[in-house]
Amino acid sequence: MAKLNIKKMNKNFRGQLITYAMVIIAFVVMQILIASGSVSYLLQGLMVPLCIYSIVAVGLNLCVGYLGELSLGHAGFMCVGAFSSAFFTKCMLNTGMNETVRFLLALVIGTLTAALFGYLIGIPVLRLRGDYLAIVTLAFGEIIKNVINVLYIGRDSRGFHFSMKDATALGLEEDGEVIVNGAKGIMRIPSQSTFLIGVILLLIALFICFQLVNSRSGRAIMAIRDNRIAAESVGINITGYKLLAFTISAAIAGAGGVLYAHNLATLTAQPANFGYNMSIMILVFVVLGGMGSFRGSVIAAVLLTMIPEILRGLADYRMLIYSIILIAMMLFNWSPKFVAFRQAQMEKLFGKKKKEAV
Amino acid sequence: MKKLLSVMMVMAFALSMLAGCGGGATESTGAGSADAGSVFRIGAIGPATGAAAIYGSAVKNGAQIAIDEINENGGINGAQIEYNFQDDVHDAEKSKNAYNTLKDWGMQMLLGTVTTTPCLSVAPLAVQDNTFMITPSASSPDVLVGPNVFQVCFTDPNQGSKSAEYIAENKLATKIGIIYNSADVYSTGIKDKFVEEAKAKGLEIVSDEAFTEDSKTDFTTQLKAAQDGGAELVFLPIYYQEASIILKQAKKDMGYSPIFFGVDGMDGILTVENFDTSLAEGVMLLTPFAADSDDEAVQSFVQKYQEQYGDVPNQFAADAYDGIYAIKEAAEKAGVTPDMSAQEICDAMVAVMPEINIKGLTGGDEGLQWSDTGEVNKQPKAVVIKDGKYESME
Repeated sequence: MAKLNIKKMNKNFRGQLITYAMVIIAFVVMQILIASGSVSYLLQGLMVPLCIYSIVAVGLNLCVGYLGELSLGHAGFMCVGAFSSAFFTKCMLNTGMNETVRFLLALVIGTLTAALFGYLIGIPVLRLRGDYLAIVTLAFGEIIKNVINVLYIGRDSRGFHFSMKDATALGLEEDGEVIVNGAKGIMRIPSQSTFLIGVILLLIALFICFQLVNSRSGRAIMAIRDNRIAAESVGINITGYKLLAFTISAAIAGAGGVLYAHNLATLTAQPANFGYNMSIMILVFVVLGGMGSFRGSVIAAVLLTMIPEILRGLADYRMLIYSIILIAMMLFNWSPKFVAFRQAQMEKLFGKKKKEAV
Repeated sequence: MKKLLSVMMVMAFALSMLAGCGGGATESTGAGSADAGSVFRIGAIGPATGAAAIYGSAVKNGAQIAIDEINENGGINGAQIEYNFQDDVHDAEKSKNAYNTLKDWGMQMLLGTVTTTPCLSVAPLAVQDNTFMITPSASSPDVLVGPNVFQVCFTDPNQGSKSAEYIAENKLATKIGIIYNSADVYSTGIKDKFVEEAKAKGLEIVSDEAFTEDSKTDFTTQLKAAQDGGAELVFLPIYYQEASIILKQAKKDMGYSPIFFGVDGMDGILTVENFDTSLAEGVMLLTPFAADSDDEAVQSFVQKYQEQYGDVPNQFAADAYDGIYAIKEAAEKAGVTPDMSAQEICDAMVAVMPEINIKGLTGGDEGLQWSDTGEVNKQPKAVVIKDGKYESME
């Protein structure tokens, strides 16, 4: 009976349920394994980064898969979310504020700041199309990173001080504290990101994305992607919907950034973590998982983040093997020949099962 | 239905993968408890790949030599040492993963991390777990976040002020240009202190130019600023790779050859591939280690290093070597045994750390001592590059 109900359900809705179930089951299984002590510290430590990259990949998929615009600057939005939330946390550190409340507020602040930046950047950028947009977002991502590298913010009894030169130019009093220290970034941030929070955020991100793409706005966004002129001709507000999707996408990346900032005790804006390499890495998750498939993004992000760590045993060869695996996975997933082969195998397997059942 | 099946397959795959890792972990911890009581497990973390790989490899090799020596001579308190080096690609997040990998392996003491930024993320973990940690070369004072974290190298501010003092006292120059990496904690840390100290000593800073990770291939603007300001000495608190480009552009392309003065990051410049080492002639650097020293221990270390790895060890290798010997000395003084947990070992070793004094390769005549905050106390040496080799300056 239950099976029948599932079958009757809207195909879209079933897909959503499967995705949520997948995340929740993975979480429960991992929690049980961790509780029973059979998971390595490495894997335990990886849980939060896995959530972070899944969240950001889901956010980017909204932009790339549904809006159809290639963004190469999502690491920049992560960076904004990370720094604004870490800044808030540092400011509130000694005020005796409840830790959970502080973290939730940091989360809201990081997400909103990233959304604001996404909105502001979206206004000029979304007037461009295709490759141009990709290049401009790439530039914005780099600008954000470089500005943070020369930004110095300190606080003393007279209030906040800003400088773009160096920490001594802040002119702090004796009791002053440098909060954002240019290239040194923000140090000694309390580690508050947990697996549970990560999974909850991932579920929220998935929920928002699914709701959006299945709503009236979502259909408008996809109409713009598929045929801009046709969409315009039926009176869809192109810029408005584009901005909506881009801002939400940036906000989700910002939430990932908040988790990132509160996972490590130190936060610096370096090419390795917030540079364009990271933006491209996230794009790889999206492309490998399938544009427009949020579930695919999550699976790809989890696999590709875990593989280099699992290959640690191979020492010097691991990055080499990693790239080969990446190529193989891309071929397996997206090469037309492979797809056909996979489907044929699938049918064989499926057919056999049916026969057995009968 | 097909979709459902594919999802189930993916999940089965993912689960089997997780189970695989889980199994691996129990195996390794199982092996750890079986071996416990017979060997000490020392872990090390550093960049073995990526842009900072030369430091990681130097530390890896330097520590290996020290460990081989100790194992040959009967180990620590009669127990052999097992050594495991993990790559962190000079990235804070990867470094945390490397630390957790070592923890799974059953690490009892940590030599690391090699570079500063990753160290800032690993040090709090070591403090939280109460694992003894000594970093050979992470030089920012900010890494000393807990009582169980120690340094073998100088701190950045210390290098900055020592450099300024040295330049002023030996009257090397009065007009100074600086080129530094504003995106690097190490570089800005030294530069800030250098500027402060230089002003106090009456040195004139004529140009103070920065570059970042994204603009480290062309330095003509920065060099031009120094040249226009009439700098007689250019201070380079940066790593050797960028320094090699600066030297090439200044001497070959611009015909500008002031004194170039570096700090310990400059160490390694003679091993840059495709770099004409004659360009480095006359470059001065402040480093606690000189491979040409006639000290017996240094000579034997250099010889072993050359035999095994084919090149002259730099200061990072020497710091790692000293780090391992510091662990040995403290472990022996504290009387720890391999069957103790990492926490017990840590407590015992932290207590005796301020009392030990090792000769070391980088300690000079007075040796190395540690304060209870984890900072090292040793004397820097100035060397000048002459005929493609370091030569101590008097």
